[in-house]
Order: sequence, then structure tokens, then C-alpha cells
Amino acid sequence: MANKTAYDAIVIGGGHNGLVNAAYLAKEGLDTLILEKRDVIGGAAITEELYPGFQFTTFSYALSLVRPDIVQELDLVAHGFMSLPMPHSLALGSDGNYLLTGPDKYLNHEEISRHSAKDAERLEDYEHLLAMVVQAVKPLFDSVPPNLHGKEPEDLARMVALGQHLTGLDPSVLHELVRFLTGSAADILDDYFENDLLKALLASSGIIGSAVGPRSQGSGLVLLYHRMGEYDGLFGTWGFHKGGNGGFTKVLARAAEAFGAEIVTRAPVSEVIRSNGTAIGVALEDGTELDAPIVVSALDPRRTFFDLVDRRELPTDLVESVERMKFTGIASKVNFALDGLPRHPAMGDGDEHFRGFINIAPSIDYLERAFDESKYGWYSGDPYIDACIQSVIDPDMAPPGKHVMSCFVQYTPYHLRESTWDQERDRLGDIVQATLERHFPGFDDLVLHREVVTPLDIERTLGLTEGDIFAGAFLAPQMYFFRPAAGWNQYRTPIDGYYQCGSGTHPGGAVIGGPGRLAASQIIGDRRTETDV
Amino acid sequence: MRTTPFHERTSAANETGLWSHWAGHAVATKYRIDEKVEYFAVRQAAGVLDTSALFKYRITGPDAERLLSGVLARDITKCRPGQAQYTMWCDDQGFLIEDGVVLRISGDEYWLTSAEPNLAYLQGMIGHQRVEVEDISDDFGILAVQGPASRTVLSALVPEVAELSFFGLTQAKIGDAPVVISRTGYTGDLGYEIWVERNDAIAIWDAVFEASAGRGVLPYGSMVMHMTRIEAALLLIEVDFESSRFAWVDEQKATPIELGYGWMFRRLERDDRAFVGRKAIEQELATGSSRFRLVGLDVDWASYQLAHRALGLPALKDHVPVEWATMVHDDAGQVAGHASSFMYSPLLQRHIALARVSPRLAAVGTDLSIDVTINNRNYPVEAAVRRLPFYDPPHKVG
Repeated sequence: MANKTAYDAIVIGGGHNGLVNAAYLAKEGLDTLILEKRDVIGGAAITEELYPGFQFTTFSYALSLVRPDIVQELDLVAHGFMSLPMPHSLALGSDGNYLLTGPDKYLNHEEISRHSAKDAERLEDYEHLLAMVVQAVKPLFDSVPPNLHGKEPEDLARMVALGQHLTGLDPSVLHELVRFLTGSAADILDDYFENDLLKALLASSGIIGSAVGPRSQGSGLVLLYHRMGEYDGLFGTWGFHKGGNGGFTKVLARAAEAFGAEIVTRAPVSEVIRSNGTAIGVALEDGTELDAPIVVSALDPRRTFFDLVDRRELPTDLVESVERMKFTGIASKVNFALDGLPRHPAMGDGDEHFRGFINIAPSIDYLERAFDESKYGWYSGDPYIDACIQSVIDPDMAPPGKHVMSCFVQYTPYHLRESTWDQERDRLGDIVQATLERHFPGFDDLVLHREVVTPLDIERTLGLTEGDIFAGAFLAPQMYFFRPAAGWNQYRTPIDGYYQCGSGTHPGGAVIGGPGRLAASQIIGDRRTETDV
Repeated sequence: MRTTPFHERTSAANETGLWSHWAGHAVATKYRIDEKVEYFAVRQAAGVLDTSALFKYRITGPDAERLLSGVLARDITKCRPGQAQYTMWCDDQGFLIEDGVVLRISGDEYWLTSAEPNLAYLQGMIGHQRVEVEDISDDFGILAVQGPASRTVLSALVPEVAELSFFGLTQAKIGDAPVVISRTGYTGDLGYEIWVERNDAIAIWDAVFEASAGRGVLPYGSMVMHMTRIEAALLLIEVDFESSRFAWVDEQKATPIELGYGWMFRRLERDDRAFVGRKAIEQELATGSSRFRLVGLDVDWASYQLAHRALGLPALKDHVPVEWATMVHDDAGQVAGHASSFMYSPLLQRHIALARVSPRLAAVGTDLSIDVTINNRNYPVEAAVRRLPFYDPPHKVG
């Protein structure tokens, strides 16, 4: 139960964006309450001990995109922020083939040269170009986008700033940016590389969480998005938070509480209470009513606009945009508790090659075929798997000598033809396990426990519509100016005092915190403007 | 180059071919290409460092305490048997000669480490006292086991370790090998150092790694040693201070008080030790004649980022310590001093520096700027004086 009945601000949803948003509001001095329906905070960024001694990252499973500004501004290090390096990347090909890269670029050159000497050299060019594009996009990623339909001086100023930024870019960088935003990952990669295993490894960033294949237009955007993160200043690299992403959201919760925010779990909200077009508080499912002049929804746009308020009070264009917004649950998680370390026949017994992601995408065709099946309402028989044996990176994730393995799996469409995920869940787990058994003979014998999380489970547990992990697909017409809807891309809603801060707002999904932070800046800005008047 | 008693194991573990020279010994600079993995092993689990290259002296005899009371600036009489002490020794002007750790093995036996040879210096202080100073540098290896998991790992080998308090020590056996384990280190973390006789060194290395199997414990090299010691704000000779023995001019020398160790003399009026440099230290305390203060600087991340962005560059976050002078200015742009150690801390997610600034600018929160070299030009980046150490987890002393 909440300690009080009235707050300055109430944030609905204790996922990472809700926590970030609340922490900023509390830091500003607002008496802030976070309401989380589940008994754990963190939303899709949680760590659970599902099997004694084994910590599972049930949903999201690594860090990169979290905005460095947030780590600094919320003083997260003081609350335990610790992102561990993942220097290696292991791409598994067919027939026992593999590509193992690590922290030394010359050794990587040698390793990639086993597959293609040309590609080994081109990889440096590609990575540099991508970093230039990321650097160019970063300021847009980390600021409130302009409102295309706004007529206020603030809107015009933001449009001018955007124009100035884009025209100030190196023309070749701008052109590459447009290619990424509109093109396919495979097309861009074909310009650089010839080796299929390398191309598939790089292309896999372009399909994560999205109903696109590597050859689909739009996969370039998804690829670029996943490279927007950094690890200690190196763009596109990943880290693993101590204790998993649940460890990260616990840090966020401690930071929010340190700034004075209050967190209440098991507190599902039924409605945002309005009066004369203004938000005045929230009603909980148990009937409790709490007052606040600022209410922020960290839920996805469908929940924000259709569940928490009455759509009849909203402008038709907004309602239609949110109705048409694509939510594409396509990804699943299969997590394992393992009795020991899996062994790949071509690699020794050590664990160094597991200090990073294990990418099961032997070729572009493999990925594209895996996608094909999903187009017709079925899940891939040979799935794409982005795996990580997290206990190699953070030994406290499992008892000594034992391991936890997180597997992100595609494609598993939310809508199944002639079946349901309740029926298919175990079979999906079997397919993933069999795929791992092919690459790591003896894998089956290591499995102590298995957790299968389908798009349906994601929706049921977290409330993410259709199990879309990004709370709205990463499609060009659903980004920036249009996330979640044109005119409503600045965290405000048509209801005064009611704001949105979830992954369905700019910049978007993944454990990034950008929406929570930018929404807070907008809320605080609006509040100061009101106070000035 | 000489090797340490652990060399057979360190050389097998070093995948990089990179070795540093430390007091005439080859020690691993780093064991793996990505030293950050070693670094985080220390911070999240435990790391193992071969510090055998230190000079080591055994001081024995009924007057051992008396001898050290006259040499060491910190009050050695407060160090009881079974305890260790971080200590300093000065010249008669109160300038620092060296620092080290002293272990009180028994009532009349001490072991002392130092970075430079000090045998003749210590023996020269004996006079008529009944005490003997021996160089035992080659007789022992020292293995540091540092990090939050170090207690779990070592108490599996030596149960008394679980009860050791900060700077406590115990004499025990691991297998058949006699060892002395002190709760000391150079990381600012929970950690221990194991003294082992040369011939038992390999067995102890193996025992430590066997006990830590599956816990993410890794060996770490001198590069990570430097990173962790900066975060812990622990001094390094020839970096943060020059030994007064080798200085040309007073400008190069430093007093313990200037280096932030004035706390060693808090009870000076209540003891009557006649130690070298006492008069000068008393005078410095009485008159406030310190010329500078060693402080910690937090570099402002936004200012750092802005300085790079203005030049079209991403902000470099390089954790390799810069251990030479980086200029520090006050808010009026006047020279305020210099940073002797500067690095990006992956743990703290920001750049930090140990800096000498004039005492008027040493208060916590004072706004300064530090020169950062970007594209071969120096740019001032905002920095503020902060409390030291930078990293001070509760498990360090808990």
C-alpha cells in the first residue's frame, strides 16, 4: 500500500523506463510514487531464481543501449551499477564451422581471414562507418523530437535544430544513415562482405525483436538501432550488468528511492482519473484512489491510451494511429540451468569463447528461411538464437561450476496458425534445445531446468501488447516524429497532466531508459513553464 | 630479468606476451588482451596478483619495536602482534622517503615491504639496539587475492581468514606450506596477501585457484594493479610522490601531510617517539606550512563529452592510467597544480584523478579544471575535488 493518498506525480509501471522517469521526477523534488502491478519491479528487466541457486534473466538479458547520461545524472554507480564486459562474440556456422572474435582487432583479422581475407579488412571500414552514423544520430536519439504539427516557438526551434544538425553532417554519413533507415541489412552488408557466416552475424542485429528478415526493407533501421548503444564509449558493444538486467533495475529502484520516490508493488492500476480533460490521479484495481496532478504511463501505447483512459475522450487521429500501430511479438526466450559448460567440438574446454554472445545464424539464408515460416503463422524449425552463458561473465549467476544460459529465439510469431502458444510452448523449448544439441553435442545431458517464454507469456506477464518486446515495432513510420503517433511524440497526451514514458515513445524499446529520461525532461519543463505563468 | 617464485604459473597464464619490469623482476603486465576482464574479476569476484617483486625485510630482536619506532613516521607501538600497518618513513626534513606495509609477526618480529632497497638504511639506524634486519626479499613470494570473493576462497583453505579484521594477519598452513596471510592489499577492496616461502609458491598458487574454481577468479597484472590502486587512492612511488632520497630539489619532495596522510599524526602529542622527521612534521602541523594537498578529482562527464563533441569526436573512455603530470587549473584559469594519476574508471563510469593542488583549493567540492588532450591539443574539462578514496565498498573493512 502507498504511504499517502496524494502525490505530486504517479508513474504507472515499474519497468526500467518507469523507474528512470520516477527517479528524475523525484530528483527534481516531486513527491513521486511508482505503481507496479507485479510483485517484482523491473518489468521486462528482471532476474529471477527459478531454480535453486540459478539466476534467470527471464526476458531482457544484456545492456548496451542504456543512455550513459542516465548512469551519470541518476548517480547509478553509487547504487551499484556495474556493467561487465563481453569482449567475445561466437558465431556458429553449419558443419561445426565457427567465427570467434574478441578484443584484439589483429587477432580478429586473422580469425575472419580464415573465412575471407577481404572481409577481415572490410570489417574495420564497416565498423568505422557505422560508428560515424551512430555518432551522427546520437544527438537526435537523446533529445525530444520535434512535433511535426506543432506551431509553438519550441516546436519550430526543434525543427530548425534538427535541420541544422542534418545539414551539418558529412554528406556520405547522411547518405549511409538514410540507407540504414530505409534499406535492408543484407543489402548494406553485401556491399562490404562476401562471407555468409560473418554477414549473418552482423545481420542478426537487424532482426532482433522485429518481424523482418535480413533481406526485408527496414532491417537496416533495426540494425542501426541496436548499434546505438555503447560500452565504455565503444559504440555497438554490449555489457552484462552484475546480477543481470534485474540487477540493473534494482539499482534504478535504489536510485529512485534515494531521490525520495516511493515504490509500491502488487498495485495494478485500473484507470487514470480525469476531471475536465485533466489527469487528477489514478484508481487501483482494488478500488484505492490516489491523487496526483501528474500521471505518467510507462505502459505501451495501447494500454496508455485505450486501457487507462477512455478512447472516446481522445482525438480521432491519435486513436487511429494507436490502433494501427504495429505490435509484433516475434521473439521468445528459452533459458537454461546447466550442470556444466557446453562444449563445442571445434573449441577447447575453456570458457573464454563464451565471454560474450553466441550467435546461431549460420547464413543469411538461414535467417531468411527462419523468417519465412513466421510469415505464415508458424515458428522456425531452425531458429535464430542469440545465446549467452551469463554465469561465465558473472559467476554469481549460478553455483560454482554450474551455469545459466539465456537464449533469445526468433522467429516465434504471436499469432499462430491453428495452434496456441500454450500448446506449442514445450515444443518450442525442444526445438531450441535440439538446435543447441546440434552445435554442442551432449547439451541435453547438461540441462537441469528449462524456462520457455513465448510472446503470449510476455503479453500475459508484462502486459506488452502481443508480446512486442519494443512496445511497438521498430518500423520507420513508428519512430521519431511518429512514436507513438504524429503530434503525440513528445511524451504528452491530449489529457493535461497525463504523460507517457514507455518504450512506445521516442527513442524506443530495449533497456535504454531514453524514453523515461526524455519524458521527465518534458514533464519538468512543462511544470516550470506553468509555474512561471 | 629475474623471475618471481610464481613465474612458472604466471608465465603459463599470460596469454599476451607482455611483461613489465618491477624491481628487477618480470611480472605480467596483463594476462589477457582485454585487461578489463581481469579488472572486473577483482571488483566482482576476486583477482590474484603476484607482488613478490616487493623488497621484504625481517626485523627481529627485543628492540625491534624500538628500532621501527624511530624509523617509521606512523606509531608502530599501536601495531600489536597479529596486526599489520600501512606505514611511511621520512627524512629529517619530514619529506617522505617511502611507504610500505609492516606485519607484526610476534612481539619481537616484524616484516616490512618496500618499493626500493632499504636494508642499509634500516641497518644504519640500529646503533646499539638489540635488533637484526635481514633482507628476505628472495625467501618469500607474496600472492595478493583481492576482491569480494577473496574471503570465501581463502577461508576454504584457512578457516581463520574468515575472522581476520582489516589489517589483521594470521599464521597458518595451506597443505604443508606455512603461510602468513594478512588482510591487506592495493585495491581498496576486501582482500588478502599471502606470504609463502619461495619453494612452496607454486603449491599455494595452485591451491588458491583450486579453491576458487568456478567463482570467476582470475590472475591480474600490473596494469589492473595500477587501475585499482587509483580507485582506492593508494599512493605509487615515482608517480604520486618522489622519494626524497632521489629528489634534486625540495619542490619534488612531499610530506605525508601533503599527500593526505596527516591522520597518521593525530595523536602525535600523546606519544614521545623520536622518529626521523618528527620535528619537521610537528612544525608543519603547527604552522600549516603544507605546500599542497593530494586530492581526488571527479572529472565532469558532461564537460568531458562536450569537449569531444565540439570537435566531432566521440568521448574516449580509456581506462589505461595516465601516470604523469596533467595540468589542473582553478576556476580563474590559473595553475592550481597537477594530476599525478588520471584514468577512466570502468567501475565508476567516469574519469578520476589524483591531483596535487594548493591547500586553498583542496576542500571537497572545489571547482577546478583538468587539461584533457584531444586531437593533440589540450582542452580544459571541468573537475571537482571529492572525498577519497574513489571506491570504498563496505566489504573493504566489513
